[in-house]
Amino acid sequence: MVVKLLLEITDLAVEVSGKQVLNDIDLYIDEGETHVLLGPNGSGKSTLFMTILGFPKYNVTNGEILFKGEDITHLNTTERVKKGVGVSFQNPPAIRGVRLMDLLKVEGGQDPSDEDLSPEMMELAHKMKLDQRFLDRDVNLGFSGGEVKRSEILQLLAQQPDFIMFDEPDSGVDIENVELLAEEINHLLDKDKKPGMRKKSGLLITHLGYILNFVNADTAHVLMDGRIACSGNPSEILEDIRKEGFKGCVECCGIH
Amino acid sequence: MLRDTLGKAEKAKDKKALYGEDIDLEKFIKEDAGDHEKVTRANEVPKKVQDTLLKVGVDPNEEERSGTFIQMDQSGVCTTCASESVEIMGMNVALDKYDWIKDYMWKAVAVDSDKYTAQTALREAEEGASGYFIRSLPGSKEVFPLQACMFIGDQDVMQTAHNVIIAEENSELHIITGCATGEDVSSALHVGVSEFYLKPGSKITFTMVHNWAEQVDVRPRTGVMVGDESTYISNYILTSPVRSIQTYPTAYCSGKNSRVVFQSILGGQKDSVLDTGSRVLLEGEGSSAEMISRAVSKDQSQLYARGHLAGRTQNVKGHLECHGLVLSDDSMIYAVPELEGSATELEMSHEAAVGKIAEEEVLYLTSRGLTEEEAASMIVRGFLSMDITGLPPELAAETKRMLDMSLQGM
Ligand SMILES: Nc1ncnc2c1ncn2[C@@H]1O[C@H](COP(=O)(O)OP(=O)(O)OP(=O)(O)O)[C@@H](O)[C@H]1O
Ligand SMILES: [Mg+2]
Repeated sequence: MVVKLLLEITDLAVEVSGKQVLNDIDLYIDEGETHVLLGPNGSGKSTLFMTILGFPKYNVTNGEILFKGEDITHLNTTERVKKGVGVSFQNPPAIRGVRLMDLLKVEGGQDPSDEDLSPEMMELAHKMKLDQRFLDRDVNLGFSGGEVKRSEILQLLAQQPDFIMFDEPDSGVDIENVELLAEEINHLLDKDKKPGMRKKSGLLITHLGYILNFVNADTAHVLMDGRIACSGNPSEILEDIRKEGFKGCVECCGIH
Repeated sequence: MLRDTLGKAEKAKDKKALYGEDIDLEKFIKEDAGDHEKVTRANEVPKKVQDTLLKVGVDPNEEERSGTFIQMDQSGVCTTCASESVEIMGMNVALDKYDWIKDYMWKAVAVDSDKYTAQTALREAEEGASGYFIRSLPGSKEVFPLQACMFIGDQDVMQTAHNVIIAEENSELHIITGCATGEDVSSALHVGVSEFYLKPGSKITFTMVHNWAEQVDVRPRTGVMVGDESTYISNYILTSPVRSIQTYPTAYCSGKNSRVVFQSILGGQKDSVLDTGSRVLLEGEGSSAEMISRAVSKDQSQLYARGHLAGRTQNVKGHLECHGLVLSDDSMIYAVPELEGSATELEMSHEAAVGKIAEEEVLYLTSRGLTEEEAASMIVRGFLSMDITGLPPELAAETKRMLDMSLQGM
C-alpha cells in the first residue's frame, strides 16, 4: 500500500504587510495523517494557515506549496478550496443578511433556491446541536464562542474537504462541546476508518491540547518566531511544553 | 375640479422640481384612456404582461389577494374586488360614485409642487381621471392585500396616475403595488401622484416594487396624512436599471401617537440615477418615525439617499438610517440625512454609513469555495435583504419572496 503525500511545503517564507512572519518552513503531511501545530501567541500559526489557503495579503517570498502533487503556490483561494483544502477559522467574520443556512446550501452543493437543507445536512446540524432557528441566523452574527466553532465544523461537514486546517477548534469551548466537536473532527478526518484506509488529512492548532485527548494526532510541530523549532510525538511534546514551557521544549528538541 | 386648483396647476405647469433631472414632457406621447381593452380578471391580460406583473409582486391569479387594479398606459384595464371590507376602483369610476372624493384630491400633495403634479392635474381635468381609488371601510381588517399595478405597454408614453387611498377609522389596509414596463418599451415617463389618508386608529402598509425599462423616467409624488393613533408603513424595492427616478414622499404625522415607517431597498445598476428620499413631519404629540434605507451602487449608477426628519412638537421620536455599499469606482452614493428639531423634549437621531464590501467577508466565503464574484454578490444580497418590519406574517413572507426575487438580478 503506497502512502501518498497530500501536502508538501518546502522552504516556505511568508511576509505580511511588510513583516517577515514565516521562514524556512518545511512541512509534509501524508494522506490520512493528522498533524498538530503548537506555538506561542504570535508565532505564526494562523499565518501558515492563511498562506496555505492563499489569502492575498500573505506573500510567499520563498519556497512552494504542493497539494496532491500539484504546485498551488500561486492559485487563488477558491481554486485551492475546489481542489480540496478546507479550514475552520479562529475568528470568522459576521456577514449580515446571509443566513448560515444559505451558506450551508452552497457548501453542500445544494440548489440555493431550495427551501430546506437536505435531510442529511439537517441531521448533521442536529448532531452539532444547531436547530433550524439557529440556521436561520446571519452567519456568525452574535454567535457565542462555542457556537462559532460548531458552525465552522458543520460547514466543513457540508464541504467534505480532503485536507482540513482547524484553527483552535477547542478554544473557548466547554468540555461537553469539545467532545462533540472532536467526534465530528474525527469523522471529517476518517479517524473512524482503519489507519491504512484513511484518505483525509488534518492540521490542527491548539494551545491547551485538550482536544488531543479525543482526536489522535500523528505528529506535532512547534512554531517559534515563524520557524518550526521542533517536530515529534504529540504527547511527548505537549508534556514537555506543559513542564518546561515552549523554550524548554525547544531546547530538548535541539538535543535529540 | 376646483377652479382654484386648476389655476394653480396652470401656473406651475413648467415649474421645475427641486431635485432630479428636468424631464422634457413634450418628448412623450399622451395616450387616451380607452386605448387598451378592458378585461374582467387579471389573468386575462396577455401572458407576457402577466409574467412581468409577477416580477413586481402582482399575482395575475389573484391568489390571496382581496382585489386588483391594473392601469395600462392611461387606461384602467382591470378592476376586481373580492372583499366586503375594501373598495378598489379606477379614479374615474370613484369620482362618479362619490362626490366627496374631491375633498381628498390635492390635499396631501400640493398641485403646484412642480410641473409633474401640475400636468397630472391639467390632464385629469381635460381627459378624465386616471389612477386608482382604494378605501378600507371603518373598523374593517382585510388580511389579504389589495394589489395595484401601473404598467407601461407602449413606447414613449407619458403615464400619469392620481391615486387616493383612504383607511377609515380603526381599519387596516394592506396594499402591494407593482410598476413595470412591457418588454417592447425602452423609453417612457411615469408620473404617479398618491395621496394617503389615515383616519384615527387605522393602519396602512404599502409595499411597492419597481421594475422599469432602462430608459424610463419616473416621478412619483406622494403625500401621507396620518391621524391619531395611526400607522403608515411604506416599503419600497427597486433593484433593476432605470433611466431616472426622483421621489421624495412626505408624511405628515399630525395625529397623536401617529407613526410612520419608510423602508427602502435600492440597487443602482448601469446608468441609473436614483434620487429617493422620504420626509416626515412630526407634528402630533407622541408621533414617531423610522426611515431606513439600504443602497448599493454598481456600474455607473448614481444614488441619492435623502431623508428629512422634522420634530415640530414635544415628545416626538425619530430615527433615520442609511447604509450604502459602493461597488464600482464609477458609481456613487450620496447620503443626505437631515434632522430638524424645533421643540424641546424630542429624540431624533440619524446614522449613515457608506463604504465598500468588507474584504474579510469575501475571503471567508472564498475559503468555503465561492468565487470572489459569487462571494461579493452573496454579501450584497445579504446587505440588501433587510428585515422588513410591520407586516402581518403572511404578507411578510410574501414580501420576503418578492425581495429575494428582486435581489436575484443584483
Ligand atoms: N495582517 C497583518 N499585519 C501585520 N502583522 C500581522 C498580520 N497578520 C499577522 N501578523 C503578525 O504576524 C505574527 C504571527 O501572527 P499569527 O496570527 O500567525 O500568530 P498565531 O501563532 O496564530 O498566534 P495566536 O496563538 O495568538 O493565534 C504576529 O506578530 C502578528 O502580529
Ligand atoms: Mg492564531
